[in-house]
Amino acid sequence: MKYVRLVLANLGRHKWRTFLTTAGIALALFLFASLRTVVTTIAATAQWGGARRLVTLNATGIVFPLPLNYAERLRAIPGVTGVTWANWFGGRYGDNKRFFGQFAVDAESYLAMYPEMSVPDDQREAFFREKGSAIVGRRLLDVFGWKVGQDVTIQGTIFPGDWTFTVRGVYTPTDKVLNDDMMIFRHDFFDEKIGRAGIAGWYVVQIDDPDHAGRIAKAIDDLFRNSSSPTKTGTEQAFNASFATMWGNVSLLMGTIGLAVVFAILMVTANAMMMSSRERTREVAVLKSIGFPDRVLFGVVMAEAAVITLIGAAVGLGVAKVLYQAANFNAAGFLPGFSVTTGTLVLGAGIALLLMLASGLVPAIQAARQPIIVALRRVE
Amino acid sequence: MKIPVLYNVRSVLQRPLSTAFTALGIGLVVAVFIGMLALATGFRTALTSTGSMDNAMVLRRGADSELSSGVGREQARIIAASAHIAAGSDGRPIVSPEVYVLIPLPRPADTTAVANVVVRGISASAWEVRTNVQVTEGRKFESGRSEVCIGQRIAGRFEHTGVGETLRFAGRDWTVVCHFTATGSAFESEIWGGNEELMPVLRGDVFQSITFRLKDAAAFPDAKRVLEADQRLGVDVHRESEFYAAQSQLLDRILRILAYLVTTIMAVGAVFGAVNTMYAAVSSRSSEIAVLLTLGFRPRSVLASFLLESAIIAAVGGVIGGLLALPINGIVTSTTNWSSFSEVAFSFRVTPSLLLSGFLFAVVMGVVGGFLPARRAARIPVVQALR
Amino acid sequence: MALVEIRDVHKSFQRGSEKIDVFAGLTLDVPQGSFTALMGPSGSGKSTLLNLVAGLDRPTSGSITVAGAPVSSMSPGQLAPWRARHVGFVFQQLNLLPVLTAYQNVELPLLLTRLSRKERDERVRLALDVVGLSDRIKHFPRQLSGGQEQRTAIARAIVADPTVVMLDEPTGQLDARSSQDVLALLRRLNQEFGKTILLVTHDAHAAATASTILHLDKGVLVEREKAAVS
Repeated sequence: MKYVRLVLANLGRHKWRTFLTTAGIALALFLFASLRTVVTTIAATAQWGGARRLVTLNATGIVFPLPLNYAERLRAIPGVTGVTWANWFGGRYGDNKRFFGQFAVDAESYLAMYPEMSVPDDQREAFFREKGSAIVGRRLLDVFGWKVGQDVTIQGTIFPGDWTFTVRGVYTPTDKVLNDDMMIFRHDFFDEKIGRAGIAGWYVVQIDDPDHAGRIAKAIDDLFRNSSSPTKTGTEQAFNASFATMWGNVSLLMGTIGLAVVFAILMVTANAMMMSSRERTREVAVLKSIGFPDRVLFGVVMAEAAVITLIGAAVGLGVAKVLYQAANFNAAGFLPGFSVTTGTLVLGAGIALLLMLASGLVPAIQAARQPIIVALRRVE
Repeated sequence: MKIPVLYNVRSVLQRPLSTAFTALGIGLVVAVFIGMLALATGFRTALTSTGSMDNAMVLRRGADSELSSGVGREQARIIAASAHIAAGSDGRPIVSPEVYVLIPLPRPADTTAVANVVVRGISASAWEVRTNVQVTEGRKFESGRSEVCIGQRIAGRFEHTGVGETLRFAGRDWTVVCHFTATGSAFESEIWGGNEELMPVLRGDVFQSITFRLKDAAAFPDAKRVLEADQRLGVDVHRESEFYAAQSQLLDRILRILAYLVTTIMAVGAVFGAVNTMYAAVSSRSSEIAVLLTLGFRPRSVLASFLLESAIIAAVGGVIGGLLALPINGIVTSTTNWSSFSEVAFSFRVTPSLLLSGFLFAVVMGVVGGFLPARRAARIPVVQALR
Repeated sequence: MALVEIRDVHKSFQRGSEKIDVFAGLTLDVPQGSFTALMGPSGSGKSTLLNLVAGLDRPTSGSITVAGAPVSSMSPGQLAPWRARHVGFVFQQLNLLPVLTAYQNVELPLLLTRLSRKERDERVRLALDVVGLSDRIKHFPRQLSGGQEQRTAIARAIVADPTVVMLDEPTGQLDARSSQDVLALLRRLNQEFGKTILLVTHDAHAAATASTILHLDKGVLVEREKAAVS
């Protein structure tokens, strides 16, 4: 502790160098944390799913619909405690610069299936009452400046025409992984307007016991195997996991960039430590002549490396954690619940430690091993 | 009077380790820069090379992708009779009504995961409409049989896609009879089959798009106007090349923004490293600088000299970065084009202009980093430095 | 028993392909409480001898004993704490750490002891008072004159109350006036505080401050002079 002054004094010898190196480390770790959070966020969405919810799709592909009359037959399957359905609408709003998901849903059963979408009771009632109403995610109010009670017009793409809904409710996700920027409207309104025989995009089936998932999924698929629209059923989590792979090999990309970032900052830090050590030889000799043992010199140099790397890391990781939280960042809806995890922070700290060792070890050993006489003779 | 470059080169070599570290730091930034833009460029190239300037694509009005479009048989007939369509060698119009759906194929690496692959139902004239498509193995499928052709980028990456193998989708078995390439465009990530065989098992009597060769490519605006005005049709007409280019925009923009953001942050760190190096260089050589000034070199020359030195180190880094990024050229990867929801495989494209940009980026980093230290060097009072 | 016993010491260096013998069998004693000057031309080995006695370097053969400790055969790991306790060393220049104030520089040897902060503070202030720099405690070396720097170095050399104070050409870089101050201080340390001082110098005037002058030439003791009582 009493050597603290020595450590700080050495860092203060070249204040700019210390500052720039620390700032560089902070930037690098901020970047690392951001990149890793993309990976962890996608992984979190890949794991999300109600333990007691199954998703039933048309086996031919997600773009193929399912008949509405499947609902009755699904309810009849033993172990099924609830059924709802939805349809992907995919319309454009305004200049279409900000994408958000729109779904036609079977109002009552859908909200019952997803308690994670928290809607105030009075708004829920309004939604059930009014056919042309819609419930929107809380974030959409901020993004578009919508207010409850106003009309919103969407241009249909798959289902052409202008579709106008009245915003009657706002949902708040209780789980941050769930998107807070979707819009749901009523399936009966949808059916009426398209005029066609009832179709559903997919069904969500609630089951009594998560352990029965496999058995019930098979039962559903067996039931419809020989019909015109055979089904493929799986847990909601499996469905989400499959979706997450659509990004491509994101973790490889982010990991590679992250590696490059760490290496680059290692160059900067090692260089700074190396330059300091070159300038320090005389002082090391004087201290040794006074009687400072080698291990103290080793410790002082390592402590210098530690101060730079640990403070830089703390700033970089801290800013990442706080910034994304405060800004409620979700990459325009693509990365819901974007927040730096504890795992990322721990990994970042590990990297800081690695930086400290990699940049400080050689100069520290050099200082410890430096023979006094050589240094003295060099100057005199 | 200019200070000879040799002085800078020798000085840089005097501290090889420090120079190497600084150059490598900058090199890594350049490598990431080139790499990420090569990803974006690769994706965009795959999409933009998909469409031709000479072709027009007809979709239902308001549809923003083939997936959300629907054009009936009657409308297809009317469009096929249009005067704007070029005639083939056999006198028949070069027009191809097509079906476009996505089917799930299990990913080989992780069979629980599923890729949404495009299945395109075509008519015989599709091979003529798209001049960049070439069969590389096998023969084209014949009508009346459950046969499909598979794009080269799908062929290697999924199970049961070899020529002669049987692929199962839409509840039926299909024999793979050929592989085709399409100059690296998005078509290479597609499965093609005959309309008449596919329509009954897919979406019924509705096409998703009609693509035809313009009789006169310059007359596209006329063709567009006439077809869109036709009340019987209710369609939008796009130039094929523009359509696919627009489809790539969203993801291309995302990748580009990501690239610029990441490399800017990295660049700041690398520049900090360069600043450190140059400051140390200036202070360790202050007596040399004093000598130069005493000899009669102007402070301006000293500044220029140190700036050049910083730029040289950075330029070396730029070359290293280019060399690091070069091997990824041609590596095939895939992602989902969110505009069309389909899986697109493409390869990284490291273009000469990208390498040059990376090099210039490095030099800029060097100049920015070296500026303040160079200024300090020029300002050293001779007397102080000589002490 | 003398404080420093040098017995048949040989020391040679390798400079390139040449082997240089600095001493070929040097023997001498330095008594406790003495003020001894080592004089000689450049290359006579006086600085080398100082380094050997302080344990900064090791003789090729022979033995050196300081206050009973076999300095010439102790390991570097043993020498460091020994030096901290028994030796105060002052170089010709660049003694002080430029990043520390005068106070902090003087405090350095005490950081190696178990003294409390308060105890260290007492001794530092005392040392700086003895050298006459109480008003420069918070100055950095670049804010001190050459003479003040050397006096601060001397303060550091005595703050831990070492057995012997060794100085290698301490006035070499100083003007006449500053040299006077430093030499007067050394004399005071020896006569008032009884410190054993070993001073290496090529300046006869500086050597005259000492009570004994040893002349070295080419590694051999050629003369031993007792200074005139002053």
